[in-house]
Amino acid sequence: MASVLRFRKLCYVESAVKCTSVGYESFEIDEKLDEKEEDVLSANNFALEINKKRKQPKRQPKEWRCLDSCCWIIGYLCTTWWLLLFFYHCLPVTLLRVPELPGPGVRLKREGLTALHPVVLVPGIVTGGLELWEGRPCADGLFRKRLWGGGSFTQIFKRPLCLLEHLSLHYETGLDPQGIRVRAVPGLVGADYFAPGYFVWAVLIENLAKIGYEGKNLHMAAYDWRLSFQNTEIRDHALTRLKSKIELMYISNGYKKVVAVPHSMGVIYFLHFLKWVETPPPMGGGGGPGWCAKHIKAVMNIGPAFLGVPKAVSNLFSAEGKDVSYIRAMAPGVFDSEILGLQTFERVMRMARTWDSIVSLLPKGGEVIWGNMDRSPEEGHVCDFSKKSHSKTSLTTNNVNNSDVKRGFLVKDLANYGRIISFGKPASVLHSSKLPTADSKEFLRTSTSENFNNFSCGEAWTEYDEMSRQSIQNVAADKAYTTTTLLDLLRFVAPKMMRRAEAHFSHGIAENLDDPKYNHYKYWSNPLETKLSDAPDMEIYCMYGVGIPTERSYVYKLSPNSRCKSIPYQIDNSVHGEDGSCLKGGVYFADGDESVPVLSAGFMCAKGWRGRTRFNPSGIATYIREYRHKPPTSLMEGRGIESGSHVDIMGNFALIEDIMRVAAGATGDEIGGDQIHSDIIKMSERINLGL
Amino acid sequence: MSFLRRRKGTDSSKSQNLRCNIVKEDEKNNLYESPRKESYNSKKWSCWDSCCWFIGFVCSVWWFLLLLYNTMPASIPQYVTEAIKGPLTDPPGVKLRKEGLTVNHPVVFVPGIVTGGLELWEGHQCAEGLFRKRLWGGSFGELYKRPLCWAQHMSLDNETGLDPPGIRVRPVSGLVAADYFAAGYFVWAVLIANLAQIGYEEKTMYMAAYDWRLSFQNTEVRDQTLSRIKSNIELMVATNGGKKVVVVPHSMGVLYFLHFMKWVEAPPPMGGGGGSEWCAKHIKAVMNIGGPFLGVPKSVSGLFSVEARDIAIARTFAPGFLDKDVFGLQTFQHLMRMTRTWDSTMSMIPKGGETIWGGLDWSPEGSSFNCGAKTLRNNSINNTDQIPNINLANMKNVNYGRIISFGKDVAEAHSSKIERVDLLDSMKADMLANLTNCDIWIEYHDIGDHRIKAVADYKVYTAGSILDLLHFVSPKLMARGGAHFSYGIADNLDDPKYQHYKYWSNPLETKLPDAPDMEIYSMYGVGIPTERAYVYKVTTATDCSIPFQIDTSAEGGSEDSCLKGGVFSADGDETVPVLSAGLMAAKGWRGKTRFNPSGIPAYIREYSHAPPANLLEGRGTQSGAHVDIMGNFALIEDVIRVAAGATGKELGGDHVYSDIFKWAERINLQL
Repeated sequence: MASVLRFRKLCYVESAVKCTSVGYESFEIDEKLDEKEEDVLSANNFALEINKKRKQPKRQPKEWRCLDSCCWIIGYLCTTWWLLLFFYHCLPVTLLRVPELPGPGVRLKREGLTALHPVVLVPGIVTGGLELWEGRPCADGLFRKRLWGGGSFTQIFKRPLCLLEHLSLHYETGLDPQGIRVRAVPGLVGADYFAPGYFVWAVLIENLAKIGYEGKNLHMAAYDWRLSFQNTEIRDHALTRLKSKIELMYISNGYKKVVAVPHSMGVIYFLHFLKWVETPPPMGGGGGPGWCAKHIKAVMNIGPAFLGVPKAVSNLFSAEGKDVSYIRAMAPGVFDSEILGLQTFERVMRMARTWDSIVSLLPKGGEVIWGNMDRSPEEGHVCDFSKKSHSKTSLTTNNVNNSDVKRGFLVKDLANYGRIISFGKPASVLHSSKLPTADSKEFLRTSTSENFNNFSCGEAWTEYDEMSRQSIQNVAADKAYTTTTLLDLLRFVAPKMMRRAEAHFSHGIAENLDDPKYNHYKYWSNPLETKLSDAPDMEIYCMYGVGIPTERSYVYKLSPNSRCKSIPYQIDNSVHGEDGSCLKGGVYFADGDESVPVLSAGFMCAKGWRGRTRFNPSGIATYIREYRHKPPTSLMEGRGIESGSHVDIMGNFALIEDIMRVAAGATGDEIGGDQIHSDIIKMSERINLGL
Repeated sequence: MSFLRRRKGTDSSKSQNLRCNIVKEDEKNNLYESPRKESYNSKKWSCWDSCCWFIGFVCSVWWFLLLLYNTMPASIPQYVTEAIKGPLTDPPGVKLRKEGLTVNHPVVFVPGIVTGGLELWEGHQCAEGLFRKRLWGGSFGELYKRPLCWAQHMSLDNETGLDPPGIRVRPVSGLVAADYFAAGYFVWAVLIANLAQIGYEEKTMYMAAYDWRLSFQNTEVRDQTLSRIKSNIELMVATNGGKKVVVVPHSMGVLYFLHFMKWVEAPPPMGGGGGSEWCAKHIKAVMNIGGPFLGVPKSVSGLFSVEARDIAIARTFAPGFLDKDVFGLQTFQHLMRMTRTWDSTMSMIPKGGETIWGGLDWSPEGSSFNCGAKTLRNNSINNTDQIPNINLANMKNVNYGRIISFGKDVAEAHSSKIERVDLLDSMKADMLANLTNCDIWIEYHDIGDHRIKAVADYKVYTAGSILDLLHFVSPKLMARGGAHFSYGIADNLDDPKYQHYKYWSNPLETKLPDAPDMEIYSMYGVGIPTERAYVYKVTTATDCSIPFQIDTSAEGGSEDSCLKGGVFSADGDETVPVLSAGLMAAKGWRGKTRFNPSGIPAYIREYSHAPPANLLEGRGTQSGAHVDIMGNFALIEDVIRVAAGATGKELGGDHVYSDIFKWAERINLQL
């Protein structure tokens, strides 16, 4: 208040006392005079002289005053800020600390838990940091600086194109482009925070440290999440390093088995590792068939994307997700117009399509798992956006009632989750018999006949640029795609990418797991095409959040923009269902943790691996631990201690407690066995998978 | 009027006083002419306002410049540098890449004492919020904010030399552990960057970070560090097609790695059980940078009175500043208390006793080192003709062998003229006289005034008797250290007692592994005066201070004397004397000796110190100083060539500037 008064006062004084430019000049002269005749001229005289000049008509240029007051304000604010900062630093540290909720670590320490089994953390996609080891001239000065994660993303804003270039991989090989080496940041710092203040593993690490974990029994298995899994071994020996690290920790901690905690894509990465390590060289790590049984106590999968995520589809297909399409709806033109010639989407898509790892997240298991044109395991799921995130009423009861009884009435709004991409709302709702059939043969025909056409746009950016207008429209003509036909679709629109990536990943279901072809590494990350290793004492946990609407399928439209180098499809965000419908903004939602649907996260633990099945011949025990999402109640809680969303769940106290108990020696039965909120068991029953 | 104010703020010409008067007059006039309420206060505001204005102005300009700087393309600073200095020489990495060198052998770095980062994993109340933050290395911000808490967490347990209860401070792992010590102060970063130029990356480089406060064997006991290093080296050899590793230890890391090589071949439980051929199978070369093989005299002054030349000089400039209990901090005592819990400092006490370091009246260096070199290197060639004279002037008596002497006259007198009271006698005479009530625990307070006097009465200490001295003034410390380190020379290396780990880091009490294809390099800077011996005095200060300190008033006669501020200097790299860094490679391990039974080739690579020519060079590309040498282009080139596959002969064999071979001849070491 005082400062405001003072400022006004100052302005008043200044406007009253107007100096002319003439006055200024004469002042300068006087000053010179003054310096010359310092002795002669008395101070009084001088002052009088100035006053005389003051009395002359005065016109001061306005901008001077403004600038002055600006400077004054800035100076004032700065000084005050510094003073406050100084006081803040002088205060004893304990005074200022916000009383933090004591995490589970403190409580469990009091209970007497101590570090027992070494813990390996396996980060997921996107959350791991990447740093530059060799780059083009535009990336000067960034050597060993983070390009991705950890730091502030300032470099992205400073030189966005340069960054995109460096984060891309080679389109043909899926490895480093010529002259660029970007590598994963090793160690715990690799993925403890994604951006300053945005924790990923930090909370878990801190709580584990409370009961005695430290560098020697806690390891972050950082890997380059852009590469296909086998390529991380080929390029960086990441799998060999992980193997050696686990063996070392096993020995140096008194022959205690390791508890692995993978998150998100890390889950299938670790699945790949488990197969790799027991396979003989050169393809595998040569650990021998008993390796997992000897070294691994439990695999505690957090937010596991076992069977893929639909999000990956929209990402590959049109470089957008739910959030982006919302923004598009709100402010059309922001992204689409060529601001500064950036073409954000196109460039992002171009980069993302060089990352093999995204292909690993495409839905696996085809129509058997994800549903076909007319049915899906989740059908009958009721979405209630208005209350969903806050309501604590059990969804399960609703669903049980609804699923069969109301089916007849709900036909119109029934979410056909099985149609993972439909063009236009009708295609997503109509019965399959009324739809034109999407036949993969059709693609083949078109691709041979007319896929090579006018390269009028110069250099092709994405493979869309190599498609003819005709085939782009053919794809869209009132069709719906299931997860099986989706793969054909992707092979059609991005043949090179799929050819590259499908050498590393497979998305089917194995008929006969003893077929020798399944020894190839491309099947290792697909739980439906591999057997778990022979380790009956091992335990597998599926831990994930529920209660958040999660993208499950999409309604697409042709992009109105037919300019060169643009993406021809986009999510049709104008499509909304009626109240209570699962369709919103062109996206059908199902239960999940905001990224991974319950189906993908829980199915393997609920059915595929439960008991002795052909996927789990040794009968490894599986446990489902679901955590119902509760948004943070107050700002003090930050991102919430009971959150169930995909990344925030890493700060969920209940989940942390489970992990710590297992790390300290507890078994799955001791921490309470299954803990289920969703109707995953029901969904699994509907899936007709030969076990 | 606003003009007047502003000008007064910015202009600092002579007429300022004058104009202040004017302002006053001016305001009086204002009062008369246009009586306003505001002008009552305006006199008070004016100064404050112009300050604000000034700060605001400076800030805005600064931000503006910062903005300009940030929007500028990144390559401009380089252009500017080139414009001033002419084209830059290529850093060695770029140069060698053009020659076609590529990744070959994996590289292992072993950082030295002090340079590795330490982070907090568990702490007391006062260290809340510092979890996994760096306590050592980085910005040292916490040191200023909560110094006592910091010192408490950095200390180890007094008895065991391990963690105190409730505190876990652990080394930072990965290359970040020691690439920069503080922001902008590189240690390994330059070497890493140059290696990366020819294709090295995380999978082919490994920083063997360890907790440098612990004794070497304790890093294994507590953190399994040695096992990790072993496992990592094995992994790197396996994943790089069986290529052996090139190890690059620095400073104390040299001793640590010596310890490692013995440990890894020794059978469990004491050793790593790698078998007698482990080193031959996994190590191509050990390129020791600035290695204190035989210890450093600095560590003696560090242990004895927590000071080194730098601190001693600061003391002379501002007497009382450090000694007074400003804010009741008792800086020195806290520092001393902290550093004395670190076993590792004892690994660098001079080894080999009088045989190596010289007795009362002789020392291997004799008087050949020209201490005037410090002035010489600045005036470059002009002084060369004066060197003979300087040497003559110095020829008199530099008794380097007397590592600690009490009083300058004692330091220079002949040994027959010095009266010494035997230490051991007085040791028996009194035990634990008056325990003072200082709250800070250092052993000096356990020993009485008699003993302090006895220490001073003994007058002169050589490298041999220095151990007695330390045992005398701090028995507990030395008892703890004695379990982990040894400082003698072995008579018979086959004696089974030498299988104990306490001998492993002393090159004079161990045999090198049986690996004839391995190579050992001693790479160090020369041409910088290095602490070699000290002149001490007894302080007359109060109870709770350290009773001895370096007598900074002791100066040599002439300008070029080796005695300056109570410290005798010899040739070296500012921390490690040439004698310690080079003797093993020059004599102890040269050819097949009893210390080197398999005849591992040893090479000496000396780098003559040239200070940076101008500010743009930063810490210099030809520096020979202990840490700055890590940015020496010649050294980096050597390391890269060996990593890319060259042998010592291909590098050019020995490369010697100092008189190390002459000194080695004077040392009567049985080989």
